[in-house]
Amino acid sequence: MEVIFILIAISLILAGSFLFLFFRAMKGGQFEDSHTPAIRILFDNEQKTKEKKVPSTKSK
Amino acid sequence: MSGTTLEQFNYDNKIVKYFGVATVAWGLVGMLVGLIAAIQLFLPEANLGNPYTTFGRIRPLHTNAVIFAFVGNAIFAGIYYSMPRLLKAPMWSKALSWINFWGWQLIILLAAITLPLGITTSKEYAELEWPIDILIALVWVAFGANMIGTLIKRREKHMYVAIWFYLASFVTVAVLHIFNSLALPVSFLKSYSAYAGVQDALVQWWYGHNAVAFFLTTPFLGLMYYYLPKAANRPVYSYKLSIIHFWSLIFLYIWAGPHHLLYTALPEWAQVLGVVFSVMLIAPSWGGMVNGLLTLRGAWDKVRVDPVLKFMVVAVTAYGMATFEGPMLSLKNVNAIAHYTDWIVAHVHIGGLGWNGFFTFAMLYWLWPRMWKTNLYSTKLATTHFWMGTLGIIFYALPMYVAALTQSLMWKEFSEAGRLAYPNFLETVIQIVPMYMLRALGGLLYLSGAILMVYNLVKTAKQGSFQAEEADEAAALTPHKAEKGEFWHRAWERKPVFFTIMATVAILIGGAIEIIPTILVKSNVPTISSVQPYTPLELQGRDLYISHGCVGCHSQMIRPFRSETERYGEYSKAGEYVYDRPFLWGSKRTGPDLHRVGGKYPDSWHYHHMVDPQSMSPGSLMPPYPWMATNIMDHSNLPAKIKTLQKLGVPYPEGYEQQAHADLMVQAEQIVANLKSSGVEAMPESEIVALIAYLQRLGTDIKKTTASNP
Repeated sequence: MEVIFILIAISLILAGSFLFLFFRAMKGGQFEDSHTPAIRILFDNEQKTKEKKVPSTKSK
Repeated sequence: MSGTTLEQFNYDNKIVKYFGVATVAWGLVGMLVGLIAAIQLFLPEANLGNPYTTFGRIRPLHTNAVIFAFVGNAIFAGIYYSMPRLLKAPMWSKALSWINFWGWQLIILLAAITLPLGITTSKEYAELEWPIDILIALVWVAFGANMIGTLIKRREKHMYVAIWFYLASFVTVAVLHIFNSLALPVSFLKSYSAYAGVQDALVQWWYGHNAVAFFLTTPFLGLMYYYLPKAANRPVYSYKLSIIHFWSLIFLYIWAGPHHLLYTALPEWAQVLGVVFSVMLIAPSWGGMVNGLLTLRGAWDKVRVDPVLKFMVVAVTAYGMATFEGPMLSLKNVNAIAHYTDWIVAHVHIGGLGWNGFFTFAMLYWLWPRMWKTNLYSTKLATTHFWMGTLGIIFYALPMYVAALTQSLMWKEFSEAGRLAYPNFLETVIQIVPMYMLRALGGLLYLSGAILMVYNLVKTAKQGSFQAEEADEAAALTPHKAEKGEFWHRAWERKPVFFTIMATVAILIGGAIEIIPTILVKSNVPTISSVQPYTPLELQGRDLYISHGCVGCHSQMIRPFRSETERYGEYSKAGEYVYDRPFLWGSKRTGPDLHRVGGKYPDSWHYHHMVDPQSMSPGSLMPPYPWMATNIMDHSNLPAKIKTLQKLGVPYPEGYEQQAHADLMVQAEQIVANLKSSGVEAMPESEIVALIAYLQRLGTDIKKTTASNP
């Protein structure tokens, strides 16, 4: 039955690594903005023309 | 970011197209095979009288085709389209993308060849033999490396929630697959599991349930968070909720596996652990459903006209229903009724047909017009597909629920005299045959809808022009921080995801190599002294049983209920399974449990029953196995098998591989003599003799002891 200890160990390592990842993501500022990311994905890229555009704030 | 120059790059649509087409093609194959299996369950003639198309092999072919070929390709298609767009970077390596594509198709092809040939480990959803397992691991890592490379090269600092889901899926599936597939090869196409009995069961369901979690759920939730807002043109209802439910979901899901083994010989505390986490899982699961459905607030008028959204709404609702049902089924008292019945089949199909199937259809209907720069050929056809599919799901699930409850109650029913009301298992099967017919009708409806979709997608592609590359531009990712003396590890430190994965892999590989062999060689399940290893002939019979997929219909695990001990005999003990590699407890009883079948019937009964089941049990649904009487078994692999099992700690005496074949012949001759006395002629080397030896051995070991069992 020891296999369950291994499974629990693996599960803990996995869950622990997710936790570590979560903290790193927190520190990296991944979750500071919980509003614009949801909206940003809705903007489709327009077909770009050859000319270099002057970068502007995206407001399609 | 004024003043920064925008970088130009292209998204690769070609790979998405290939994965999309593969999704559709394999989807049809998988569903068709499923329909054949459904028909076989009320029409034994549909087994076609040969081993390759018999239910025991068709079922794993169906499950593998729909899970790994249909859903798997859909996952890749969805990720290869959405990930570059979310990160404003093309996939890291086109070579890896194509290795991923062709590698995956090769794996599917190998599965389609080996499973009908009976080359199988018999572990559910992990049936493929070890060489293919290694290939799966390699292709999966190629896919993961491609994702992580894209992450590193990303131009978008923020990782949208879908990306989190993709990553968790990749990491976890890799871990599960590697650990559940650990086995010692006997030959190129045969291996014995590294675990035995109870242990094997636990690892298998730790894997099996998480295959549902991290192959059928988390990737699709990731896809949902991209495609549903895109299709509705509304931002996701609550981005915060998506983050919270993501972390809680992946944390809880890992532990739920033992709920597949309630009331079995698995220790009580492990069962409780599984139940507790399974019940908790309803919260994060419903977080996902609520978030999906509420994203449509203010967009329900669109649902009325847009088939893509129609599919998505039903998909997310089906996800919610299945994830409500899951925790309910995990409650021990409910599980006592549902386990081994069609309820489980219904449950998995609400998830499979509803959640995975419908979401895949929605995604394809959404992708095709965009990649071919046109409109969908026919909204009406898509809507028709939607209604056919929905009816299909209803016609599938409801009869299954009725069948499950009917059969379960019949199994448990006692008469006033305290005897089983339905002592003949077959009665409970015949009772639900009409339900099986209705289920097949549901499957047919669902498949027909999918065929409509193929036509619609082909016509859509015909009227548009495929755009292989899509241009975009974005500013480069601003460096995270000014670096002092860049060192390779510094770069890693800035990549939490990559770092974690590397660390996880490092830890797990080391752990696996060191711990597993040391600990698992000796089993510590409560020992029963009279339990002995299988004799050579029984071993060959057992491998035949595995190869024919008998475990798909027959369990070998008697639960400690009076209704079961009355019907089958003494309940199953953990110690009885110490030499079972792989375990064969089963998860569905289409036929009776076989754990105590040994000694119950004469050899000749088994002979007739295998050659023509209906002759012994009129009305039986079991496929006939006439070839077993004439097929001669090749016993040349016996020494290799014995040696492999010795390595795994089975106490055959030293040098037994020399002796094995002689012992086998002695036992075979004995069975042949028994058959002869009942007027049946059989060759000692025929398959049927080996199978009879195994069946007659089942569950008999503990009867040799005086009752001193724990």
